[in-house]
Amino acid sequence: MAEVGETKDPKPRSRTIPISLVQLRRLSPLFSVIALLLLWQLITSAEIYPAFIVPPPAAVGEAFREALQSGLLVKHLGVTLEEMFLGLILGLGIGLSIGYAIAKLPILEYTLSPVIVAFQSTPIVAYAPLLVIWFGSGPTSKIVTTAVIVFFPSLVNTIVAVRAVSPNLRDLMNSLNATPWQTFRQLELPSALPVVLAGLKTSATLAVIGAVVGEFVTQGSGLGFLVTSARNQYDTPLVIVTVLTMTAIALSLYSFVVLLEWRWLAWRRRSKP
Amino acid sequence: MKLSLRELVVDFRTPDQGRLPALGPISLEVLPGEFVCIVGPSGCGKSTLIRTLGGLQPATSGSVAGDDLPITRPLSTLAIMFQDANLMPWRTVIDNIALPLELAGVDKARRHEAVYELLPQLHLQDFALSYPAELSGGMAQRVALGRVIVQRPRALLLDEPFGALDAMTREKISLELLDLWRKGRQTVVMVTHDINEAVLLADRVVVMSSRPGKLVADITIDLERPRAINMIYRETFLRLAREARAAIDPPDS
Repeated sequence: MAEVGETKDPKPRSRTIPISLVQLRRLSPLFSVIALLLLWQLITSAEIYPAFIVPPPAAVGEAFREALQSGLLVKHLGVTLEEMFLGLILGLGIGLSIGYAIAKLPILEYTLSPVIVAFQSTPIVAYAPLLVIWFGSGPTSKIVTTAVIVFFPSLVNTIVAVRAVSPNLRDLMNSLNATPWQTFRQLELPSALPVVLAGLKTSATLAVIGAVVGEFVTQGSGLGFLVTSARNQYDTPLVIVTVLTMTAIALSLYSFVVLLEWRWLAWRRRSKP
Repeated sequence: MKLSLRELVVDFRTPDQGRLPALGPISLEVLPGEFVCIVGPSGCGKSTLIRTLGGLQPATSGSVAGDDLPITRPLSTLAIMFQDANLMPWRTVIDNIALPLELAGVDKARRHEAVYELLPQLHLQDFALSYPAELSGGMAQRVALGRVIVQRPRALLLDEPFGALDAMTREKISLELLDLWRKGRQTVVMVTHDINEAVLLADRVVVMSSRPGKLVADITIDLERPRAINMIYRETFLRLAREARAAIDPPDS
């Protein structure tokens, strides 16, 4: 809250400013979160809606503590995380390798594109039940649902990234008698990495959707199931806790990819002094 | 290394399966240690000539040879430098220069030893760990030059290597190239669109016609070495430059 006061007073009389403008900018994303929380509190205080429809933040906090203590949240979170990670790895693996193959052999694009585009343009919720019929109501169907939703963006990004590799640098590698592996490792991989990582940000957040949609359909366990069962019991605070947990997973994954970019693409931060 | 072209012809395939003659027939012999500049109107197949000599572009007919052995793929003794610096933006200066050694399987310690030895000659000693985005155009071309020299090639193929630089930087870096060449005595074939640059650097200036490129003049440059920038005001220099210019645009055409 002290930071909010800071913005209102651009020219403080005292010479010692507690935080600099740079720090202020870094903290600015927090302001929107704080504003949202305030709005929420305001709506509940005004009692516009009954508490079982819009519960106050404190009730949600309490539900969070309970769900944590009883082990309910951790149990379902674990299920969702496992499905999501396995699906993410599967979808990425297939997307990256088929994408690379298509980028290298354009004939494959003509052959595969009708199937791939048809697959992509169908909403995931529509064929999730089909995947359950085929792969059962266990974790496999959710892993496959996640993989399917992750597949397309990683495929497209890989094709774009590998095709964008500089032809001049390819010439250079050829003139140096580079082996196909060397060309992949020293040219294609580092050159494609920025675009592939940008695509991974999309894929990672989609992976949460994939796993949860799968859980909605089968019922049994996972955060998707927890949302449905809490709603059936009119436990709105628990619904909100579960939804926020999904948001937290997506945000953490996204931040992890940003961290990878920071580490692996350090060269992009360099420029002429 | 002696480089020879015999009745070389290169055609490009057009999308409708036709053939577009790009080069030749052309015959040319470059002696070991000789510095030859190729000039000609744009689109005359100069770059195709370099790419064919470098083993990147197959000949349609005729032959290219290095020391009488046919060149059908890139040779490690023959290094190419392109018009753009063509550096890898994710590699530092030393790692860009060391790339050919790395691909040849030279270990890191020996790679760095070889590169650090070169840096002072290239005036890059303060930029060893910089990234290409931090370099000026001239410095980037020096890195590209270093990447060619580090291979200890016996012949250099330079495709308008300084074409993208401003005139001052260009003059300076061409004379530095002459210095490096005097020490290494490699065979050099350099494509340029600048007649003065060609006359100042070369032992021979070869003039090509427009597409398909054929040899229209082969001018021996009898200026003494080492060359210096003030030679461009000499009578001999001006005569040679005029001769080359006349071969590119015949006065009667």
